[in-house]
Amino acid sequence: MIKKEMIAMLLAGGQGSRLGVLTADVAKPAVAFGGKYRIIDFPLSNCINSGIDTVGVLTQYQPLRLNTHIGIGIPWDLDRNNGGVTVLPPYERSNNSEWYSGTANAIYQNLRYMESYNPEYVLILSGDHIYKMDYEVVLDFHKANNADVTIATMPVPMEEASRFGIVIADENKKIMDFQEKPKEPKSNLASMGIYIFSWKVLKDALIELKDQQSCDFGKHIIPYCFENNKRLFAYEFNGYWKDVGTLGSYWEANMELIDLIPEFNLYEEFWKIYTKCDTIEPQYIAPGAKVERCIIGESSEIHGAVINSVIGPNVYIGPDTVVRDSIIMKDTSIGRNVTVNKSIIAENCRIEDGVTLGIGEEVPNKLNASIYTFGLVTIGDDSVVPEGVRVGKNTAISGVTEKEDYPNGVLASGEVIIKAGDRK
Amino acid sequence: MKAVGIILAGGNNNRMGELSRKRAIPAMPVGGSFRCIDFVLSNMSNSHVQTVAVLTQYNSRSLNEHLSSSKWWDFGRKQGGLYLFTPTVTAENSDWYRGTADAMYQNIDFLKNRHEPYVIISSGDCAYKMDYNEMLDFHIAKKADITVACKDMPADADVSRFGVVRMNEDSRITDFEEKPLVAQSNTISTGVYIIRRRQLIELLEKSAEENRFDFVTDILIRYRNVKRVYGYKLKTYWSNIASIDDYYRTNMDFLKPDVRKFFFREEPKIYSKVDDLPPAKYNVGSDISNSLIASGCILNGRVENSVLFKKAFIGKNCVIKNSIILNDAYIGDNTHVENCIVESNTTLRANTYYSGEGKIRIVSEDNERYML
Repeated sequence: MIKKEMIAMLLAGGQGSRLGVLTADVAKPAVAFGGKYRIIDFPLSNCINSGIDTVGVLTQYQPLRLNTHIGIGIPWDLDRNNGGVTVLPPYERSNNSEWYSGTANAIYQNLRYMESYNPEYVLILSGDHIYKMDYEVVLDFHKANNADVTIATMPVPMEEASRFGIVIADENKKIMDFQEKPKEPKSNLASMGIYIFSWKVLKDALIELKDQQSCDFGKHIIPYCFENNKRLFAYEFNGYWKDVGTLGSYWEANMELIDLIPEFNLYEEFWKIYTKCDTIEPQYIAPGAKVERCIIGESSEIHGAVINSVIGPNVYIGPDTVVRDSIIMKDTSIGRNVTVNKSIIAENCRIEDGVTLGIGEEVPNKLNASIYTFGLVTIGDDSVVPEGVRVGKNTAISGVTEKEDYPNGVLASGEVIIKAGDRK
Repeated sequence: MKAVGIILAGGNNNRMGELSRKRAIPAMPVGGSFRCIDFVLSNMSNSHVQTVAVLTQYNSRSLNEHLSSSKWWDFGRKQGGLYLFTPTVTAENSDWYRGTADAMYQNIDFLKNRHEPYVIISSGDCAYKMDYNEMLDFHIAKKADITVACKDMPADADVSRFGVVRMNEDSRITDFEEKPLVAQSNTISTGVYIIRRRQLIELLEKSAEENRFDFVTDILIRYRNVKRVYGYKLKTYWSNIASIDDYYRTNMDFLKPDVRKFFFREEPKIYSKVDDLPPAKYNVGSDISNSLIASGCILNGRVENSVLFKKAFIGKNCVIKNSIILNDAYIGDNTHVENCIVESNTTLRANTYYSGEGKIRIVSEDNERYML
């Protein structure tokens, strides 16, 4: 019988609706990050670097790009005879077929997958954070404390603690209490949504709570374990950890990579991040181009100026174009004489000649002021922005747009044009 | 595909000077992110050749490292695969490969055990893109015994180091001279051949009996009037890397838009081992013009008309001009490099000056590296 000490279950089914048009057609873990990576590369690379070679990836929302990206796991060395990576979508059963209705419900629906590896411990991960973490160290902590559940936590500034799920632990790191987004936090240890469960404890809890609606780890499983006097411990993580759940934090995390010696360093030999590479050709910087304070992916061709930006693989930037403070993803092409200010342009877009992005005053977005904020221009996958138009701040564009969509050739600040994907 | 592939990747060439000290020519880095042998391996894979043998003996370690997994070229299959054959001691034989024909003869069991009717033979030291199926169709249509892929060189090119051929109007090769003092034509052999497998086995066995070891002189030239030898014209880019000048020129060719488009944009693509390097990073002070930059590079200075291979580090206020910087080179601050090839893993001290005077200078230094 196959026996794995610890297997990982990676929750990658979420939509990430706060990323707006970026996740119109792709799940959040499949969104590009840092030029050539996708968000899911970070937990997947952490797994293999921590010696975990069996990973179940739970998908649900728009899984196509995620599935193609993961494939059989070659980039992460997860193509194994025994174990490796398995994509686990919801499936139909003879009775009671349902979608994954919550994080724990999704894991519950895959009990048989976990059982087939006969694990001692199960690591629960989410596919939407940027960090490097050695899960083996967490496991050692779990074993040393003879814990039933270990929750990875991170100290956050006290004034921000009310945004998180807060864990209160004693001097031995044994968890004494929880507070969910408290007004008056009693501690500054925030849960990172990373758990190690001893297999029996997890299995019992999942079965016990199987009829719970939208069964969730934070809301149901952890409180259940706590109430039943299981040993819960808080592992304190002090490295770089970034939630890229909003357009603002996503943009910021990308920009941090450009720093001279970034806090999150991709250039270290130790703890490499792996990804699927479709393009391996070198990039070409043409005469007359200007590239400063940026990172640029493989096979891109730069004729204009790129300043303070993150450029993905196979991007074309035409002559006399200026790109500043922006993120441009894979396969996008930007024409000549274009000005791009503080924009996020997703994959395979075409920005035609003479376009200006990100001008004017900041005005709250009319469709959803909480998503499209931060003064950003956000353009979804496979979009086209026609020649010569001007686009304001806090705007979103998705789909093949034409000149008629822009009154007087302008998309004013706070406006949106969404012609593709799920409108939200 | 009805053929097996054989890649002749054995040789060293003293005209490669210091560059061949570390590696075999097929393992030379080319075009920013490739190795020389990637071109022929990708051609084989893209032409749906499923079984490929690489014959190598000079510094085969360097090549082995690159070919440690065959999956990058899609050869990790149940049917066929990628084989690396170095000389071995057997009951009958304990020689090194004494020539290209001998190399194939020593692995004749490989040829005998296959079932494909044809063999595609290619050297492993050329940058080119080619669909072997078209050449095989030509080979069959002409009822040829051996087909040689040929290339018309420009009228002013020095062809004296190639095999020079002359063809009649039916494309049959009437004359074949190896490295002629005075060339009779500007059409040269590219070192790519198609031959029926049984025919090849027969010719190799006959040559071995006569103690003849070279495929070109002892088979191609010797049998050119007995066998039907045809020339198939290759119209697209082809460059052979046999000397430092060739190597420099071939890399610089990738700065030309048409060459870059041909190799980097047009399908099918060239594949190579994936290195998991982060994107290239341009810090304050970087000033790049007409250059190819591979992934993992970190740039802080000026780079002009140059090719930077993977993981090169360029310090502050550096000037890199008309140069080739190989993998993992580290160039300290305020350093000037002009008309040079900087060897891989080299560390150049800060405040130094390197310039090739009229010719290409190879820079290889073993200084201590201070990591960031």
